[in-house]
Amino acid sequence: MWNWLKTLYHRLGSPKWFYQITSKWLPWFVGSSLLLLGLGLVLGLAYAPMDYQQGNSFRIMYVHVPAAFLAQSVYMMMAVAGIVLLVWKMKMADVVAQALAPIGAIMTFISLVTGAIWGMPTWGTWWMWDARLTSMLILFFLYLGVMALREALSPQETAAKACALLAIVGVINIPIIKYSVDWWYTLHQPASIKLTEKPAMPASMYLPLLFMVLGFYALLGWSVLLRARAEVLRREAKSGWVRELLKDK
Amino acid sequence: MNQAKHHKAAAFCRLTPKQVNSPSLAGVFVAALKREWQLQVRRKGDLINPLVFFALVVVLFPLGVSPTAEILAPVAPGVLWVAALLAVLMSLDALFRPDLQDGSLEQLLVCGYPVAPLSLAKVLVHWVLSCLPLVLLAPLLGIMLYLPWQAQGVLMLSLLLGSLALSLVGAIGAALTTGLGKSGVLMTLVVLPFYMPVLIFGTGAMQAAVNGQPVLAHLALLAALALAALALSPWAIAAALRIAVSGE
Repeated sequence: MWNWLKTLYHRLGSPKWFYQITSKWLPWFVGSSLLLLGLGLVLGLAYAPMDYQQGNSFRIMYVHVPAAFLAQSVYMMMAVAGIVLLVWKMKMADVVAQALAPIGAIMTFISLVTGAIWGMPTWGTWWMWDARLTSMLILFFLYLGVMALREALSPQETAAKACALLAIVGVINIPIIKYSVDWWYTLHQPASIKLTEKPAMPASMYLPLLFMVLGFYALLGWSVLLRARAEVLRREAKSGWVRELLKDK
Repeated sequence: MNQAKHHKAAAFCRLTPKQVNSPSLAGVFVAALKREWQLQVRRKGDLINPLVFFALVVVLFPLGVSPTAEILAPVAPGVLWVAALLAVLMSLDALFRPDLQDGSLEQLLVCGYPVAPLSLAKVLVHWVLSCLPLVLLAPLLGIMLYLPWQAQGVLMLSLLLGSLALSLVGAIGAALTTGLGKSGVLMTLVVLPFYMPVLIFGTGAMQAAVNGQPVLAHLALLAALALAALALSPWAIAAALRIAVSGE
């Protein structure tokens, strides 16, 4: 198993092999994400019981929570890809990091927007300077910073390494930002609503959420692979195998 | 005699030439400090501009918000800190670019000494020459914003500690964007999210001082941030400079 993983890891460094193997993985991601998202949406929107306090408005949770999950884990994945690039000089890691950044930014944006929409009926305001909201907003700016840096720098190798370094610096800083924002919030006003306290949910409420979270991760895999494959073709446009591939089509 | 012969023979075998009179790292560090001091003292515009920027931003607030003490005094800690933070950020923009343009940055990378301490020398001199004047100017602007007297000392102390962290973290962004001709907005976008903890603890200390609460906890946390930045960011700056110069 370990050897198999090691071989897989080394082979994934080859753009051609990456392109070929991911074409086999792609249908699995597509199928599982469609299945899980469909199941989660139908169960969550139609069958889950109404919340006794929030009514139907709590159902936006089925989009909000998975998006917030991804917003945070995509940044971690980006930093891991950055370490792989800087330590093992694997260029495919940068292709993946490049594919991840906009998706992470969009997920952060979705979680902020759905949070605002959810906030209106429950808190009576679109925006609150709550610690969680604020650190999410900062995370959004961190994503934009990485994307802007990649946009500005050239050649590509320099941009790749600079973005990798920035993502790693960001990961070291995220806990500091998180704790300082928590501290700042407690200083300024007492917490009126705690998002961290999990209400006891019946299975009919949290099972759809579980499906949605898994579905979002499968969707992430799907979209990362699509973007990474397109980027591989763009970067390897001059190599023989890409020319042959495009000649067929 | 025998030993000299042995040396001569060994000279042909040794793969790396013996470094004659190679100065110690401490010596090189001091030399780098001296060089930076001379260079930065001579760029008078770069030293004065951040101070003018700081003062101008602070002046905007009475004009834009309200000139009355009732409104200005409560927001003074935040205004002073945000203006100082932006001034530090602006002053960092030209930290590495002149060295890249005249080729001395490449010499720093190939000289065989660790890059992290040498880039730290650069940032430290910059902190002394650019940030300490900001710290000295701050109380004057504080008076103009009706900052209570008991907060003036904390203002200077928090800016002293905070600006060290700001300089060190900002230098990472400056190093990453060194290769670009003009990088003001990009560097701001990259660095500002990392500045938020420093801002929170800096203004926290001042709010506590205004309200007559103990400030030691906030200042200790600021010092912790500054020390963590002192320990970690030279390595990131060195890596960023390598990427900017040689793409490695």
